[in-house]
Amino acid sequence: MATIPQDMHVTPATVREITFGQAIKEALAEEMRRDPRVFIIGEDVAEAGTAFKVLSGLVKEFGTERVIDSPISEAGITGITVGAAMTGMRPVVDIMFGDFITLTMDQMVNQAAKIHYMSGGKLRVPMVLRTTLGATRRSAAQHSQSLHAWFSHIPGLKVVLPSTPFDAKGLLKSAIRDDGPVVFFEDKMMYQLKGPVPEEEYTLPLGVADIKRAGQDITLVATSSMVQVSLRAAEILEPIGISAEVVDVRTTVPLDTRTLIDSARKTSRAIVIDEGYERYGVTAEIASVIADGAFYYLDAPVKRLGAMNVPVPFSPVLEDRTVPTAEAVAEVAKRLCNKA
Amino acid sequence: MASAKKSKIASLPALDRAKALHFYRQMVKIRLFEEQVNQLYLSAKMPGLAHLYIGQEAVAVGVCEALRRDDYITSTHRGHGHCLAKGASPDKMFAELLGKVAGYCRGKGGSMHIADQDTGNLGANAIVGGSAGIATGAAMSAKMRRSGQVAVCFFGEGALGQGLLYESMNMASLWKLPVIYVCENNQYNEYTNYRESTAGEVSARAEAFGINTETIEGQDVEAIYRKSLEIIDQTRRGNGPAFLICNTYRFYGHHVGDIDRSYYRSKKEEEEWKTQRDPVKLLAERLQKSEMADLELLQAIDKEIGAEIDDAVSFALNAPYPQPDEVDQHVYA
Repeated sequence: MATIPQDMHVTPATVREITFGQAIKEALAEEMRRDPRVFIIGEDVAEAGTAFKVLSGLVKEFGTERVIDSPISEAGITGITVGAAMTGMRPVVDIMFGDFITLTMDQMVNQAAKIHYMSGGKLRVPMVLRTTLGATRRSAAQHSQSLHAWFSHIPGLKVVLPSTPFDAKGLLKSAIRDDGPVVFFEDKMMYQLKGPVPEEEYTLPLGVADIKRAGQDITLVATSSMVQVSLRAAEILEPIGISAEVVDVRTTVPLDTRTLIDSARKTSRAIVIDEGYERYGVTAEIASVIADGAFYYLDAPVKRLGAMNVPVPFSPVLEDRTVPTAEAVAEVAKRLCNKA
Repeated sequence: MASAKKSKIASLPALDRAKALHFYRQMVKIRLFEEQVNQLYLSAKMPGLAHLYIGQEAVAVGVCEALRRDDYITSTHRGHGHCLAKGASPDKMFAELLGKVAGYCRGKGGSMHIADQDTGNLGANAIVGGSAGIATGAAMSAKMRRSGQVAVCFFGEGALGQGLLYESMNMASLWKLPVIYVCENNQYNEYTNYRESTAGEVSARAEAFGINTETIEGQDVEAIYRKSLEIIDQTRRGNGPAFLICNTYRFYGHHVGDIDRSYYRSKKEEEEWKTQRDPVKLLAERLQKSEMADLELLQAIDKEIGAEIDDAVSFALNAPYPQPDEVDQHVYA
C-alpha cells in the first residue's frame, strides 16, 4: 500500500482517504490558487470536468478564463500551451486519451522539448501535458495505449507516472512548478483508487523512485498501473516464501537509477513491469540500467513484462491477454527464484 | 468596411524622412547580411543549411517597424530577415550561424533556430508551420496577462499545407487573440510553385474563420508598414486576429546550393522580379523621387551598413566555439 514517507511529519488526523482523481484535482486547484499563471486548457475540461470527470468543479472556482474548453485540436492546444508557457504562463494541457498524444508530437518533440536547448538556455517552456494510459477498459485499439515510452525517448521532456493518490498529488504539483515541459500520465483505470493523502501542502521531487514494498528475494520494478499489479504479485509470492520488493519508478525521466540498482543488488533478481508495449519499451531501458549497474550481483537475467506487441483488441477475452497480470508477474518471479 | 479602412490609410501622414531612411537601412542590412551568409556558406565557413531572405526584405521590415519592441514574433527557417528587422544585431547573429558561443543561442540553435527574447523573437522554426501554435499561445498569454502585446506569426505559403495553422487560427478567432498571421507568399514551396499545392484562394482560408484578411504587394515596404500599423492597432485593441498575405519573391534558391532551378521556374521570371520588383531598389527610387535622399546619401548608407556587416562577420569568425562540456547543458531548465 502507498506509504507516507516518515519525513513528511504529518499527524494521522490530517490524512484522509481520497481517490486518485481527487488527488489530481486537488493538486491543480492548489497550484491555481497559489500561482495565477497556471491555467488549464483541453477538450471539455470546464463544465464537463473532462470525460473522466476528474476536473469536476474546478471551473466553478476558477472560471472559464482559467479552465478553458478548447476545440478538438490536440496539436493546436498543445502548440498554444507551448507559446503561452514561453511567454510567462504555466499552462496545463489536458489530452483526454494517451492515444491522442500522437497528434501532439511535433509540438512536444520538436518544439517544447527543444526550445530551451536551442535557445542556449534563454527560453523556457514551463508546461504540463496531462494525459492517460492503460488498457482493460474495453475501449479498443485507439483509446487504450500506454505511450509514455515515446516521450521518455526525447531529451528535454520529463515523464511522470504516478501510481497512488499520494504520489499523483505531490508529483503533479512539482510538475507544474518545474521550469520545463513535463508529461504526466494518469492510469485511467486508477481514478477511483483510494489512498491516504495528507491535507497539508506537500510536493514530491521528480526523479526519486519509491520503494512501495520492501523485500529480500526479488525486485519488481514497476510503473503506474503496474505498481498495483506488482504489489498484488508480491502478495501471491509471500505465502510461498518469496519476499518481493516493489520499486515504483515514479518518473521515467529523470530516472532514479541508483534506487533501482541498489534494490537489484540487494535482492539479486529483477523483473521490470510496464504497461507500454514491451518491444523497444520502457522495460527495455530499465532492464538495461539494472543489468549494467547490478551485473555482478545478479543471480538471474533481468526479465521484462510489458503489453503484448499487438494493437489493443476490443473483445474482453482478447484484451485481457495483452496486459501483464499479478499472476503472470508471480509466475516469472517463481521461475527466477527457482520455485516454479 | 473596405472603404472605411482605405480612408484610414489615406489619413495616415506621409512617411517622414527619418523613418523612410530607417526602413532603407534595415532593408539594406538584411540584404547585405544575407549576401555575407551566402559567401560564408560557399567558402565553407558556415556549417549546416542557409535559406536566404533576399527579395523579401520589405515584408519583415514593413511588419516589424509597426511593432513594439516587446511584441512577439515567431519566424521560419528563412528567418534572418525577421530577426534583424525585430532588432537583433548582426554580430551575435553571425556568431550563431557559425556555431560560436557568442551567438544568440550559444551556437546551439544555428540559422534555423535563432531566438532573441530581448527583442521578442520567440524563435525561427525549422518545422514548416511549426510556430503557428506558439505565436497563438504567446497572444493568448498576452491577453491573459493584459500586457497589450501582440504576436506576429511569420510563415511562408508552404505552411498553408499544415493543419496546425488552421487549428490555431480557429482558436485565435474564437477567443479574439491578439495575433497577426503574416503569410509571405514567395511563390514556391521549396521547389514547387504554390499553385500546384494550394487549392482555392489563400485569402478564403483565413476569411472562413472570420479573420480580418488583407492581401498586399509584398515588395512595397511603405504599403506593408501602413497596412501593418492599421491591422496591428485593431488587433491590439482586442478586435481579434488578422491575416496578412504579402505577395513576394525569393530571389535565390530554396537554400544556398539550389542552383539549377530551371525545372521549377524560369530565368526570365527571376530576372523580372530582380530588375523590376526588388524591394530595396524600389524604396531607393522612391526616396530619390520624393527627394528624401539622393544617390550619394544612399550609397553612403550602403557603405556604412556594409562596414557594420563586415565587422560583424569578423567578430563571428574570431569568436570562440562553445566548450565541449556545454553539450549537455540547457537540456532541462
